[in-house]
Amino acid sequence: MNRQKPKLAVHKFSSCDGCQLALLNLGEPLLQLPDLVDIVHFAEAGPCESDAEVDISLVEGSISTPEDVRRIRQVRENSRFLVALGVCATYGGLQALANFNDRDAWMSAIYPQPQRIDILPTSKGVSDYVKVDLQLQGCPVNSAQVLNALRDLLSGMKPSVAIQSVCLECKRNGVACVLVSKGEPCMGPVTLAGCGALCPANGRGCYGCYGPSELVNDASLAHRFEALGLDPQAVTRRFRFIANNAAAFKAAGDRLEGDPHER
Amino acid sequence: MSDNREIRIKVPVLTRVEGEGALELDLLNGAIENLKLRIFEPPRLFEKFVEGYERDQVIDMVARICGICPVAYQMSAVQAFERLSDFTPGRWVREMRRVMYCGEWLQSHALHIHLLAAPDFLGFESAIAMAADYPDAVRRGLRLQTLGNDLIALFGGRSVHPVGICVGGFYRAPELKAVEAILQRLRAALPEAEALVAWTSALDFPDDEQSFISVALSDPEEYAIDRGNLVSGQGLDTDIRYFESHFKEVQSPHSTAFHSELDGRPYLTGPLARLNLNFHQLPEPVRRAMDGCGIVFPSHNMFHSIVARALELYFALFEAVRLLEHYQAPQRSREEVTPVEGNAFGCTEAPRGILWHRYDVDDRGIVRYARIVPPTSQNQGRIEEDIRLSLEKMGLDREEEEIRLRAEQVIRNYDPCISCATHFLRLKISHR
Repeated sequence: MNRQKPKLAVHKFSSCDGCQLALLNLGEPLLQLPDLVDIVHFAEAGPCESDAEVDISLVEGSISTPEDVRRIRQVRENSRFLVALGVCATYGGLQALANFNDRDAWMSAIYPQPQRIDILPTSKGVSDYVKVDLQLQGCPVNSAQVLNALRDLLSGMKPSVAIQSVCLECKRNGVACVLVSKGEPCMGPVTLAGCGALCPANGRGCYGCYGPSELVNDASLAHRFEALGLDPQAVTRRFRFIANNAAAFKAAGDRLEGDPHER
Repeated sequence: MSDNREIRIKVPVLTRVEGEGALELDLLNGAIENLKLRIFEPPRLFEKFVEGYERDQVIDMVARICGICPVAYQMSAVQAFERLSDFTPGRWVREMRRVMYCGEWLQSHALHIHLLAAPDFLGFESAIAMAADYPDAVRRGLRLQTLGNDLIALFGGRSVHPVGICVGGFYRAPELKAVEAILQRLRAALPEAEALVAWTSALDFPDDEQSFISVALSDPEEYAIDRGNLVSGQGLDTDIRYFESHFKEVQSPHSTAFHSELDGRPYLTGPLARLNLNFHQLPEPVRRAMDGCGIVFPSHNMFHSIVARALELYFALFEAVRLLEHYQAPQRSREEVTPVEGNAFGCTEAPRGILWHRYDVDDRGIVRYARIVPPTSQNQGRIEEDIRLSLEKMGLDREEEEIRLRAEQVIRNYDPCISCATHFLRLKISHR
């Protein structure tokens, strides 16, 4: 095996495994991956050297136990580039909803002996604990995002990341605005592009699974949703969803949950 | 070889399974002293945080429990909500949901057979390594997996956390042109799937018959995927709403984890259990693929589960072709379903077995309580029982490496999805 090839590791934390599938679902091109990189750790696929030093680590999942904290620090130390894959690794994932509630009470409600489970009071993204070189948003990320980032990194380029909103993807793809034409409460105006405007193209409003775009006017969108007939709780739920712990969505949710006249 | 060895086998990270688990196995004087399938995925508390969300939002949330079988989670949830409102989807919706589900069986079974299980049988660390010696077989597997993913995406836009399913139907009906394109590929893949059944049947299987109870959904009209009664090999036959009165989670003395039991015994759910109970309902050409291959269903050798997956993969293709052959886009892809207050029950056959959901819903369609029982937590008791029996049968005087490999292979026979299981299992998190 060519020892000059860059080394790749795929690490999993608290997640659904869906972002790793960006690689495992590649189909036949998966077999070409070893031409580009030496895969030293990817437990779900087989290779298992979790403590190896590597050039690129792809990290899936949120940090939610003291052991996760130890492990992500180790991964950081061992990696030249650390890439956070997906909404769990970038923002703590859907499971960060527990951050807004009494996690201990939840644990007691589900587990008869919650004290046996060593868990942090919060579920957070990787960058809350270590320096992250690149964040790829999405729940899940798609194969194109991951491959493009890998290619850029391997050829020494700074990977480009999207900053605009889903609205631009709808315009680009010629999808009629579901908010305007169908009155669907669509999160597209505040959600980062990257999915190809999947939900509007499928006849429904975007539900924000790529997290916030760069410029978020949540107050204006919230007013629009209320004008469509959504009650305040229903509006809040739109922001407190997949990427609930992303700063812009978290702040929007906090504002909406507060005094309705203080927005 | 002496019998008074003390062997401690630790597999700190189980590879080629979905999610993070570990195995602990201690042998003393030729007997198993300690055996634990450890799980260190932290719980994500899904059942608590769907509380307060709308039905259609819950369908998108529960998909996130598992990236490999999101369709199963969406289907059990939508079934629960629709049943509660006494809504029966029309023929188009019902059939197309079944096709979408076939897509998930196809991709998940192809992934497990090739990327997770086959390397064990042929002595490789990974499918990528295996591809050097078995390029055609691995490529065929990856093609089938891609086809499954594309079939899901036809209805849901993408294969991981698809966005197509809603209460009352689909957000959008696929266009005829897209259906025709995939239909052609599905037809072309039928011989590949048939060849895959023969290929898996020709693998080397240990002689490892065990007695266990099979549990699956069963429907009088068809091979059950998306509906049916709960049925066991010992005569259980009941509506899914009575799940909780038959299946209990109990703590066994040798493990900190709770296991699911049916009338006090561990049981099997998944492809082999389904074939053990419903094989006769497969279409004749699919059944015929087993002719002369030396394996007969029902089977109580868990190593045959890789063949069971291959056969179900063939069936999923066959069924998708049958249901798409005369496709016509409907006038409407969804109906309005008025929320009703009450307890909603849903159960469908995820690739790994029965996936049972309960939601208590208020009259505005907001979920107030949820309970979700995924297949892997149901199989956990059976997995530990199987490792013990299988190792004892193989002989505990074998080399340590051989014992470890066998134990790992037994675990992979179940295609455990630890990401799914841990969010609900009551267990102790073990640290390396």
